[in-house]
Amino acid sequence: MEDLTYPKQEQENQEPGEAGRPWEEIAASSQDPKSGLSEPLEPEERPETGPSPRSSPAQSPRSRASTPLDDLTGPGASSSLSPPQEASFSPTLALARQEHSDKTTNVNPKAGTPRSHHLEQSSDKGEWTAPATCQSEGNAFQQSQQTKHHLYGPKDVSDNSSKQKELRFNIFQEEDSNSNYDLDHAGPGVSEAAPSLLEIAIQSAKAYLQKTSSKSGLNLYDHLSDMLTKVLDERPENAVDIIESISQDVKMAHFRKKLDTLQNENEMLPIYEIAEKQKALFLQGNLEGADQELEDEIAENSLPNVMESAFYFEQAGVGLGTDETYRIFLALKQLTDTHPIQRCRFWGKILGLEMNYIVAEVEFREGEDEEDIEDEDVTEERDDGDSEAEENDEDELPRTFYKTPQAIPKEESRTGANKYVYFVCNEPGGPWVKLPSVTPAQIVTARKIKKFFTGRLETPIVSYPPFPGNESNYLRAQIARISAGTHVSPLGFYQFGEEEGEEEEEVEGRRDSFEENPDFEGIQVIDLVESLSNWVHHVQHILSQGRCNWFNPIQKSEEEEEEEDEEKEEEKGEEPDYMEQEVGPPLLTPISEDLEIQNIPPWTTRLSSNLVPQYAIAVLRSNLWPGAYAFSNGKKFENVYIGWGHKYSPDNYTPPALPPVYQEYPSGAEITEMDDPSVEEEQAFEASREAAALPVEEMEDTEEDEDEENDED
Amino acid sequence: MDAESLLLSLELASGSGQGLSPDRRASLLTSLTLVKRDYRYDRVLFWGRILGLVADYYIAQGLSEDQLAPRKTLYSLNCMEWSLLPPATEEMVVQTSVVKGRFMGDPSHEYEHTELQKTSEGDKVFEEEVVVQIKEETRLVSVIDQIDKAVAVIPRGALFKTPFGPIHVNRTFEGLSLSEAKKLSSYFHFREPVELRNKTLLEKADLDPSLDFMDSLEHDIPKGSWSIQAERGNALVVLRSLLWPGLTFFHAPRTKNCGYIYVGTGEKNIDLPFML
Repeated sequence: MEDLTYPKQEQENQEPGEAGRPWEEIAASSQDPKSGLSEPLEPEERPETGPSPRSSPAQSPRSRASTPLDDLTGPGASSSLSPPQEASFSPTLALARQEHSDKTTNVNPKAGTPRSHHLEQSSDKGEWTAPATCQSEGNAFQQSQQTKHHLYGPKDVSDNSSKQKELRFNIFQEEDSNSNYDLDHAGPGVSEAAPSLLEIAIQSAKAYLQKTSSKSGLNLYDHLSDMLTKVLDERPENAVDIIESISQDVKMAHFRKKLDTLQNENEMLPIYEIAEKQKALFLQGNLEGADQELEDEIAENSLPNVMESAFYFEQAGVGLGTDETYRIFLALKQLTDTHPIQRCRFWGKILGLEMNYIVAEVEFREGEDEEDIEDEDVTEERDDGDSEAEENDEDELPRTFYKTPQAIPKEESRTGANKYVYFVCNEPGGPWVKLPSVTPAQIVTARKIKKFFTGRLETPIVSYPPFPGNESNYLRAQIARISAGTHVSPLGFYQFGEEEGEEEEEVEGRRDSFEENPDFEGIQVIDLVESLSNWVHHVQHILSQGRCNWFNPIQKSEEEEEEEDEEKEEEKGEEPDYMEQEVGPPLLTPISEDLEIQNIPPWTTRLSSNLVPQYAIAVLRSNLWPGAYAFSNGKKFENVYIGWGHKYSPDNYTPPALPPVYQEYPSGAEITEMDDPSVEEEQAFEASREAAALPVEEMEDTEEDEDEENDED
Repeated sequence: MDAESLLLSLELASGSGQGLSPDRRASLLTSLTLVKRDYRYDRVLFWGRILGLVADYYIAQGLSEDQLAPRKTLYSLNCMEWSLLPPATEEMVVQTSVVKGRFMGDPSHEYEHTELQKTSEGDKVFEEEVVVQIKEETRLVSVIDQIDKAVAVIPRGALFKTPFGPIHVNRTFEGLSLSEAKKLSSYFHFREPVELRNKTLLEKADLDPSLDFMDSLEHDIPKGSWSIQAERGNALVVLRSLLWPGLTFFHAPRTKNCGYIYVGTGEKNIDLPFML
């Protein structure tokens, strides 16, 4: 069989121009782009024809599938890919084929053979053609089909089956395009013969692949062809390794088009909003105005040079990125433009769970700030209410000893812990919100709790001891503590104002005002790094009372005593007659005096760079408040805090214990329970009573004596 | 963060406030490429910085082809000379769990810890106070290991499992979509899975075995130990760990940029339940 076919194929080769082989010419013209395909087909098929007989039993089940001829042409015609695709397929197919082929040595380039195979295939597709060699050719074709199956069969195991299917179907594609011609030209010699079972099998397999998925509306055939198109277009490296991802991407590409507009809008909206807000920041500078305004602005500039500080901090490895710093800079400018601010400083950033806070420390111009007096009034009213209630219940219930400890009033604005006003915003471009002043109670409680900030100012703080306020108050309290603990400056930068009789006359005995030293000459950076005594705190320390300046609560209580009734004086006995004045380190104390935290020094100093020490700056890092940094280059200095807002403690946090139950009522005779008498005591009492009763009946004289005896019991 | 995209990653992670100074950045760029060549790593990650009292440790990690294989950790004090650290063992973790407080910054520093050990001599049992010396290097190794096991993060889809076993970087990972990026379930722990086997069959049915082979962050205990924020509108998603404060993971949705960095004191935040 084989011998018969090959010489005939050679004949066909050598006589390409024979008119009797119209399909050959057509094949030649339409298959030129596929010549590449043809060539390598042959070497593989030729050697495979040898072992083909043994493959036939394996392949025969396939060939027994029966499909009507109509089905072959129908799907073939409708699903033909465009020729360019086929052209692009063919080189890869050529490559693929050569990869698979193990026996490229046996190349017998009878170029005509594969073409004739095509011809035979096409002829099988359409109808069996007249030539006498048809049958034998058909058989040869059958064998070659078998060999092809053989070629593909064992390799189905690997993941190249998709490509093989493509190969097969490309061949079919070519056949399909040919079949149209064949139908026209091979008319006269048509004789209906049973189509080969193998072709039917192939066609049914192809039909199966073209079955539309009920879920997604895709079919495998198209998907594979799309996928291969993508691979060939993009040519990724090691495509075989990422073929699954490519497949997924192709699938997703189908769906993306439909739902594009709906989904993306929702998600992209916040980006655009923020961008709009920040655009406003950048545009605010373009106010229309005369040059006069510009000069005014430059003259009264209360805006700090944030970028310069950021540059120095970056040398230390601290800071937000350049973009964010610039936006913060612009946001500060916006703040200074809208509020009458004397001085403004970028205090830092506090991280939160949902959003962060950007904090600005601000000093208003004289007489411009607003004060909230509301909080204090409320607490005072409460105290009065309690005292009145107690007086009314005097006769009925025992009065309690407990008197709410007097609320320590908060410090006046511009003094102590309320020296500066703080504004916060969540993002640069967002609105600035002023934080309320801090009260001593809040500071005292803030020292006892440890909570994360959420980023929303109205969040209630649920804690024990209960925090008097919401997150804005807690934030303010932490800011006050951090400022008091970590704001430092080089020694000599600030000096005290003129002292005229301050020390002796005032109760506090402390200086709380300082000003810049105009004669400050700077300290060597090396000195700043080596010795902590070259740095001083320039914010007042907060006492344990919660204030910077001592407030003596006893003074007021003396006044109250005069007003109240005498009966209350007994209860006052529990309060101490005087309270020791709390003293803290005075202002401008060098930080070398700071307490250590369990053998850890409270500050770490570094030079910003060891490689270029002549231009390095000194960097201070606080170990007590992780996130607090200070730098100085000898003349300039700055402090910043970027962190979560909590103090460092090497031990675990333990919430404070509940106080013991307060003894509310005096234990007098009316309230105190007596123990139930034991049996002996009862009997003794009974006996003595009877003894007392008898003489009473008999002799009334001795009543008193016996009563005394009874009393002794 | 990948050493190759170091500058961009540092810029994206800068929202937490801690970054690197220019000279460190420059030295890292140079030295990490040399490390990659000398040790023949497939990828080198700049892990982060542990702040010590005297000096800081800069940590880098080298990965081989298989992304989940044990990583080699290197440390340096000046970002130029890197020394290899020994791999972490269980014993080390147990031993160093008693050490508290900050890192000194000196790798040869030894912590002293007094233990009561019972030694029996004959019939009597003595309780002796034994002073155990723990080297700071050991502590460093175990802390890095703990942090990696607890909070190293990778987005879903960035790695995939090949049929042969090893885990590879997914070259077609285009980034999470915006809606996915805000959910904790789209992020995985960058370590061998621990919880995965405990999932019910129903849950497992929805998983894609090539992508979902690690634990997600969703079920971390305590709940709420991750803070997920979208900065710059939605253009950047930042996850910060509250259990190990200082660990920042960033990802720009719809792009391939992602990475994590730890800059902190190297101490666990045990007070977390009180703080939430």
